[in-house]
Amino acid sequence: MASDDVLLSMRSVSKSFGGVTAVHEVSFDVHAGESVGLVGPNGAGKTTLFNCVCGQLRNERGDISFEGRPLDGLPTYQRARLGIGRTYQKVEVFTDMTVHDHLLVAERARRGTGRLWKDLLNMSAPTSEELAKVEAAMELVGIADMAETSVNALGLGHCRLVELARALAAEPKILLADEPSSGLDLRETAEVASVLRTVQRERGTAVFLVEHDLAMVGDVVDRTVVMDLGTMLADGTFDEVMANPSVREAYLGQMGAA
Amino acid sequence: MEHFLGFALPGIPYGCTYAIVAVSLVLTYQATGVFNFAFGAQAFAAAFVFTVLTENHHMAGWLAFVISVVVMSPLIGLAFDRFIFRHVPNSNTTAKLICSISLLVGIPTILPVIFGPQNLDDTATIFPFFNPNVVYFTVAGTPVNGIYLATITVTAVVLVALTILLRFTNLGLQMRGAVESRRLVQLDGVNSGGVVAVAWAVSSFMAGLAGVLLAPIFGTFQSDTYATLMVAAIAAAAWGLLRSIPIATGVAVLIGVVSTTLQGYLPTGSLLYSAVLPSLPFFVLVGALLFLPGMRALDSSRDPLATIDPPPPPTAVASRAPSMDRIIRILWYVVLAGFVVSMLTWIPNTWEGVFNSGLALATVFLSITLITGMAGQISLFQATLAGVGAFTAAQLANHLGLNMLVGGLIGALLAAIVAVIVALLSLRLRGLGLALMTLAAALLFDNTFFNAVSITGGAQGLSLQAKWLGTSEFFNFNGHALFILSFCVLAFCVFVVLLVRKGTAGRNLAAMRGSETAAAGLGINLTWQRITVFALAGAIAGLGGVLVTIQQQVVNAAQWNYAFSLIFVVLVVSTGVSTVEGAINAAIAFVVIQQVLTYLPARLGGNSLTIVLFAFGALQFAKHPEGVLEYQKRKGTQRFERLFFSGKDTRDEKNTRDKKDTIGSAVSTSGANG
Repeated sequence: MASDDVLLSMRSVSKSFGGVTAVHEVSFDVHAGESVGLVGPNGAGKTTLFNCVCGQLRNERGDISFEGRPLDGLPTYQRARLGIGRTYQKVEVFTDMTVHDHLLVAERARRGTGRLWKDLLNMSAPTSEELAKVEAAMELVGIADMAETSVNALGLGHCRLVELARALAAEPKILLADEPSSGLDLRETAEVASVLRTVQRERGTAVFLVEHDLAMVGDVVDRTVVMDLGTMLADGTFDEVMANPSVREAYLGQMGAA
Repeated sequence: MEHFLGFALPGIPYGCTYAIVAVSLVLTYQATGVFNFAFGAQAFAAAFVFTVLTENHHMAGWLAFVISVVVMSPLIGLAFDRFIFRHVPNSNTTAKLICSISLLVGIPTILPVIFGPQNLDDTATIFPFFNPNVVYFTVAGTPVNGIYLATITVTAVVLVALTILLRFTNLGLQMRGAVESRRLVQLDGVNSGGVVAVAWAVSSFMAGLAGVLLAPIFGTFQSDTYATLMVAAIAAAAWGLLRSIPIATGVAVLIGVVSTTLQGYLPTGSLLYSAVLPSLPFFVLVGALLFLPGMRALDSSRDPLATIDPPPPPTAVASRAPSMDRIIRILWYVVLAGFVVSMLTWIPNTWEGVFNSGLALATVFLSITLITGMAGQISLFQATLAGVGAFTAAQLANHLGLNMLVGGLIGALLAAIVAVIVALLSLRLRGLGLALMTLAAALLFDNTFFNAVSITGGAQGLSLQAKWLGTSEFFNFNGHALFILSFCVLAFCVFVVLLVRKGTAGRNLAAMRGSETAAAGLGINLTWQRITVFALAGAIAGLGGVLVTIQQQVVNAAQWNYAFSLIFVVLVVSTGVSTVEGAINAAIAFVVIQQVLTYLPARLGGNSLTIVLFAFGALQFAKHPEGVLEYQKRKGTQRFERLFFSGKDTRDEKNTRDKKDTIGSAVSTSGANG
């Protein structure tokens, strides 16, 4: 990858909670249109790093920039509007809202075009362009048939797909997917993996994937970064990092490394 | 030094009384997860029954104490647990708050209705070991009498007993576990229902004890001194993060000591003495809410087993078949047209006045629909905002001769500004934290601006010097001008709320209600949304306040004090806070029931019984968070559809089918949803 198409850059990012260092001096880049997997055992600091990128946590040291623009001090919603989309390890859907409305909220929030005066003049009805984007995102993820269903009536697998479609409706430049297969069966996991591949290949969206299911990671990503106890252990192709002894030790202990 | 001690020492008994209440709040919160606004109601109930027994039935003090505090108070606690809080999911902060506020509003109101009013100030004969009239010794020139000694002794005993209970007993350990999730500790073999019931009984006993001890000093639920007591206690408990008994005690005593010391040193005629000094506890509470990060995360604990709860039911509107929708919409228009024509033709003046009040009140209530129904937050100062609008308009009319309509708009603007300031101060607060901040704001207004004779005209209030339309008969609309004004203002506000709900702001608020984390992650500016909704709600409440003033031609501070903010929330929630109809239903039902009750004997008339009806209606919030009327509406719709639309595919049936299809996996998401 050429260095000038760096989308997301992290340099010496550190974050601690009290005395516990969750992320320590982590540095790597995600390029435009690239698919990067971030793996590591529980407590490695993967979700904390995601939270620092999205602004839901503030990194104490280091720099994070997006398309060359430093993100320091920017609140979460402004980072989202720059083109950072996100799904969550613990499903975060909007209770009582239909699937269609989830996507409509996302589409409009990303552009920040909602205005109170437009609401008061009854000028907030969705435009045909917005509806088309919402429709396209639902089709892409395969949930168009449940557009008018309330998320209260959906199962975990469908809720994960709604989250994914919601993030994609805003047409992000990078999608941060946090353990999207968590709690899903094999068929549902394959569906999510297929959507992520399609998003990257057809839309050119960079995918930054945190995942415990290594088969899925190997299936989806171009490059894999491994973290353990807050530090970066390895960065390379999936096969390269899996062959790395320190990665094997982190996952399997001394026996595995041997 | 002696001078200083002379001022500071008398503050210790006050501080001790604050401490008793503060540690009781901590105990209830630690053991049940409920921030017990109803503590005051429990204390009042015990003091009330004690007074009835001693004064009316001439019972011996110790026997009355045993009956009211040792027997009755724990039973009240057990009843609270058994019939109300056991049914409230631990993760539902709104339901817990609403239920405890309903009890706070309902119990002190119903007791005088049953037993007749009592003067609790006479309850000075319950100190069994110390004589209140004897000075036992002096410290630094300060006489120490029986009340001092009794308060300090009782506080010390209570503190030691509670600390031992919570920290060093098996029961305390189980209580701390059960507060997170009753269901989870049950899986470990703990009878969590019993543990929480004991916690309620103990905390209610404490409330009874505090009530009987403190009644002579602090009077009744609506009195200013009582509010000071509760806020000082809440402030102290807040500094202890509703967790630490020693910190809560220390802060409580400090508030008492600093108050009396400042009282001694500040010049009596100064503004500091008259306005700032009585507000000290409110500043302490606001300080805790602003500066303690722990107060922002008060509601963050979630029941790990919440995932087994079913999802909330859909509203009646969402579950109706489209054909039903059309019929209901047409019926609404018919009823509305009938109402307007009736008001303009045959309805007698008395009842026209009643309905006008209902329309004005409905405008204030709409602000609660916005904040609680749409934004999912609880604001306990909507009556204050209505008062800000009302006083501004009245002052502008009386001093500048400004028309009430123009003054009303300025009043609404000022109310919106006040709401925005409070919203800015509480940007990081949610649920309980926001409720406390808005309550503190309401009490601060009661103590300062609303207490200033130059602003509110004191106890008599401000009488309007001019009619809002002048004297021209032409504009009098045959005597129906007030109705037309109230109707138009309410219709305008309803229109605004509906447009906001339908528009981007409404969808964003719904998203925030579902998950603030995800909403911000999508690009929604939470700060701006919150400020917008507070500003709109403030303006609408202010307009409602102005309408009420125009109708009554007088406005006084007692009309808009903090207690009414609590009552208003209870009224709206009990009917249905998620719909615009809910606010209108609540207001109309409130004034109509009030009017009907005037035909009953005096003791049952007035506000009392009406408030009790709604308060007990609001207790249903635990089972029916959509409101009792909304619940009945949904049931009615389903019955109607079964009768007339049988065989057709209604939305409700479709939803049910969807749920059945995914029932297994829905179990694992409903927790995240809730």
